[in-house]
Amino acid sequence: MSPMARTAPVPAATDPAIIRNFCIIAHIDHGKSTLADRMLQLTGAVEQRDMKAQYLDRMDIERERGITIKSQAVRLPWEVDGTSYALNMIDTPGHVDFTYEVSRSLAACEGALLLVDAAQGIEAQTLANLYLAMENNLTIIPVLNKIDLPAAQPEKYAAELAGLIGGDPEDVLQVSGKTGVGVEALLDKIVQELPAPTGDPDAPARAMIFDSVYDTYRGVVTYVRVVDGNLRPRERIQMMSTRASHELLEIGVSSPEPKPSKGLGVGEVGYLITGVKDVRQSKVGDTVTTLVKPAAESLGGYEDPKPMVFSGLYPLDGTDYPVLRDALAKFTLNDAALVYEPETSAALGFGFRVGFLGLLHLEITRERLEREYNLDLISTAPNVEYQVTLEDRTVLLVTNPSEYPGGKIAEVREPMVSATILAPSEFVGAIMELCQQRRGVLGGMDYLSEDRVEIRYRLPLAEIVFDFFDLLKSKTRGYGSLDWKADGDQVSDLVKVDILLQGDQVDAFSAITHRDKAYAYGVMMTGKLRELIPRQQFEVPIQAAIGARIIARESIRAIRKDVLAKCYGGDITRKRKLLEKQKEGKKRMKMVGRVEVPQEAFIAALSSDESKDKARK
Amino acid sequence: MPSALPLGLPAPEDGTLPPAAVDGAAARDFGLYVHIPFCAVRCGYCDFNTYTATELGGGASQDAYADSVLGELALGARVLTSSGLPERALSTVFFGGGTPTLLPASDLGTILRTATSLWGLAPGAEVTTEANPDSVTPESLRTLREAGFTRVSFGMQSAVPHVLAVLDRTHAPSRVPQAVAWAREAGLAVSLDLIYGTPGESLEDWRTTLTTALSYGPDHISAYALIIEEGTRLAARIRRGQVAPIDDDDHADKYALAEQLLTAGGFTWYEVSNWARTPEDRCRHNLAYWRGDDWWGAGPGAHSHVGGTRWWNVKHPRAYAQALEAGRSPAAGREVLSDTDRSVEDVMLRARLRDGLGTDRLTPAGRTAVAGLIADGLIEPAAAFAGSVVLTFRGRLLADAVVRRLLPD
Ligand SMILES: Nc1nc2c(ncn2[C@@H]2O[C@H](COP(=O)(O)OP(=O)(O)O)[C@@H](O)[C@H]2O)c(=O)[nH]1
Ligand SMILES: C[S@@+](CC[C@H](N)C(=O)[O-])C[C@H]1O[C@@H](n2cnc3c(N)ncnc32)[C@H](O)[C@@H]1O
Ligand code: SF4
Ligand SMILES: [Mg+2]
Repeated sequence: MSPMARTAPVPAATDPAIIRNFCIIAHIDHGKSTLADRMLQLTGAVEQRDMKAQYLDRMDIERERGITIKSQAVRLPWEVDGTSYALNMIDTPGHVDFTYEVSRSLAACEGALLLVDAAQGIEAQTLANLYLAMENNLTIIPVLNKIDLPAAQPEKYAAELAGLIGGDPEDVLQVSGKTGVGVEALLDKIVQELPAPTGDPDAPARAMIFDSVYDTYRGVVTYVRVVDGNLRPRERIQMMSTRASHELLEIGVSSPEPKPSKGLGVGEVGYLITGVKDVRQSKVGDTVTTLVKPAAESLGGYEDPKPMVFSGLYPLDGTDYPVLRDALAKFTLNDAALVYEPETSAALGFGFRVGFLGLLHLEITRERLEREYNLDLISTAPNVEYQVTLEDRTVLLVTNPSEYPGGKIAEVREPMVSATILAPSEFVGAIMELCQQRRGVLGGMDYLSEDRVEIRYRLPLAEIVFDFFDLLKSKTRGYGSLDWKADGDQVSDLVKVDILLQGDQVDAFSAITHRDKAYAYGVMMTGKLRELIPRQQFEVPIQAAIGARIIARESIRAIRKDVLAKCYGGDITRKRKLLEKQKEGKKRMKMVGRVEVPQEAFIAALSSDESKDKARK
Repeated sequence: MPSALPLGLPAPEDGTLPPAAVDGAAARDFGLYVHIPFCAVRCGYCDFNTYTATELGGGASQDAYADSVLGELALGARVLTSSGLPERALSTVFFGGGTPTLLPASDLGTILRTATSLWGLAPGAEVTTEANPDSVTPESLRTLREAGFTRVSFGMQSAVPHVLAVLDRTHAPSRVPQAVAWAREAGLAVSLDLIYGTPGESLEDWRTTLTTALSYGPDHISAYALIIEEGTRLAARIRRGQVAPIDDDDHADKYALAEQLLTAGGFTWYEVSNWARTPEDRCRHNLAYWRGDDWWGAGPGAHSHVGGTRWWNVKHPRAYAQALEAGRSPAAGREVLSDTDRSVEDVMLRARLRDGLGTDRLTPAGRTAVAGLIADGLIEPAAAFAGSVVLTFRGRLLADAVVRRLLPD
């Protein structure tokens, strides 16, 4: 057993040979944060008395939802056989919405811990990230966590992991982040098995940005991994994608609190502060070099984040629009993937069309907006981006159904994904049926073990953004897991379905669907609205239409009685209070033509409730 | 009186009214309401401020109740005079409950006599008491008539036994025609209260109730849609699924049937829930509420109104008696209405009357809404052209919506 390091190696003067850079690949709830806590304690990085659970999940929202969104890098000292090593633990997001961030974090490491709950086995998203790690030539250390659980099946899952990555089930480490069992051995193994970083200390500096976080006091904090050369305080640095240069106001390492250093050398991981205020000026994946001695070639792998899912965000109370506008502006400082533009809806008023990486990203963003800015928001049904070619060959990108052109369309292309689903083999039939209904094309199927299969499908993104995950979960009694990545686009027979209330089109309820599903959408939405909209003084027809063709209809019968006919005697005060209450209720209605629609009806009809559950799982 | 008291300002201990209450008082009628907070049993649907003997326990006996009321009447006369109100004889007196006839008729007579000696009765004054059919006798009704009562309002509710059972009504249906006949013999005008839309009541049941009520030859009929009040036993039974919920469409059908049969039977509506044989048979006391006149409400939980000040008494009979014993006003709280409140109330109350609401009482925005109400068939066009808002039949069923549209601001 190794002791805590007596002297920690000093940043900027650390021989790459004693550096180990690693990340932890794990599914949500498999225990990454808990294991990280134990490592912080055992290495003495955090004093016993300062220790709190989920130490690294700094942001409020992460602590509440238990999801790690932003990567963090922590330098941990650890001694093996009398040598002090510097271990850099890079915390990666676990969710598929953040695949690009994951891949950049992986690129900053030489090794990865594959952390799997010994009672659950591996999940699809973990497989996807494992795949990314192997593509990056990372050395994998398989670890089964939670072996203290009575339900743990270490033998079974050790065999599964060994089968996946090659090697012997005996080599799979068994730990408990909760009790600390096996964690010291794991730290030793990181030192022994993972390669030290290599790089040219004399070459022009090149450091890869793997995370970029906005801090109210310090501006943007940029996390980098130095590959060649070194970075020093007060130096002018340059972003290779834009050639923009900034002065390095501070450079340091997180251990885990930020600690300024004399610089960062080959193989080291740390943070930079330049005073820029917008994460778009310091983009994940970009390469940092110095202005005086710039590198000729960037490290590569940089991509602009691409929003995949779009939704309209509207304040329930129209007067909150400026608050929402300012809030979104602030959010983009810290979230390079968030894009938005103003939009107006006849039904919902002024709002924004916002692009997200995925549904989880949408939900997290919306929740934070509501909480941090005290807003009540309606988010319209999530949408993907369609490429519509008109007969005159002009091409439109449509992210909002109400912008879908009427007539004269030559072709519509929709984004596709390749999805990987893992589940116990007994559910194969149910999963295939679901994917078929969602216009999926089977790509292949493999048995991971005797009773677990991996099924691959190519599906339209639009088919999985709404309720797919919920259905998958319910059809597999909770055991199915899903991973997906963008996979080009394809021409599809798509139509726009409009919803009309008393003949007036309600833009917020329009949807773009496959022609075969238009009817189902129409029936679903008209039915839902019939339940949600209270009876009015007149009959209200609700119709679904493709162009001028009505495909579904419902109607809300006129209300016949709206009067309190009882003897209230002389208590007129009570009567007036009742009237005031009724009028208050009316104020919360939005007028669509002559129809009073309660705001709750909009929320419920457009509800991404399903998606919320999905994000939370 | 519904049993929950409003939240308002504290009422002054001596009951003094603000000066504004005096403005225009001479032009307003003055009435008296006397609340009798006792019932033999508590009906499952009822949330009026009333108590059975067991609910009351000791401390506030029915025997001493009349004395407490006499105390409040004396206080009332003092307060009105010292607040500067002119002397006005009572145009109407109304004894409501609870079950006023649970008190000896002589007690009711004593209260009425005292009120008369304090304020005087205007010529032709209307003096009503509510009564449960099984709480009157030929003698008690005769005593009431002799004491000066002119009118009795019986809680008949329904003619159908299974409906009466759901309502927890204890009287035998046959008791109603008897009570009506005794009241007639005593020389009292008769009104019948009916409730429609009780769970389990069919349209035919309701037709039976209406034709039966008509066959007793009353002068006046009130037909109320059953309201499920929170906190009542019936509300709990519906929540638990033991009794079917009520249904607005059923209520609408039954209201239509009431209008049809009562009109055919020689009655005319004059308020959304009230029909009278002739204009003279209308309940003038209730009309005074709806027209914003002045009245003193005596008894626990009773509400009063004088010139834009509304106040209400403490709810419990014991607290009520104690306040009066200590020489304090039993008022629990009050509100002094703003001009806006007063015009809102005017619209809210008068719009329900057949005599209508003068369009001059509407704000400009309210007047703009009138055209739309005509277009929607909710108010009578001819009346509107003549300057008054009068509900059509459809408008009566949607009266609350009409009121909201007349009060857009
Ligand atoms: N029994 C047991 N529970 C654990 C262990 N590690 C984590 N947990 C629990 O599993 C849940 C998820 O852990 P967390 O560290 O937040 O997982 P993360 O989502 O991967 O960061 C929490 O309730 C932890 O308390 C372990 O080794 N044993
Ligand atoms: C003050 S109450 C009671 C009078 C008398 N105790 C009786 O019950 O016959 C006057 C009338 O209000 C009506 N009422 C009471 N509670 C009601 C409710 N929950 N819904 C509709 N009408 C109600 C009944 O018709 C009742 O006759
Ligand atoms: S008798 Fe009248 S006041 Fe008494 S509980 Fe029944 S309905 Fe209410
Ligand atoms: Mg975590």
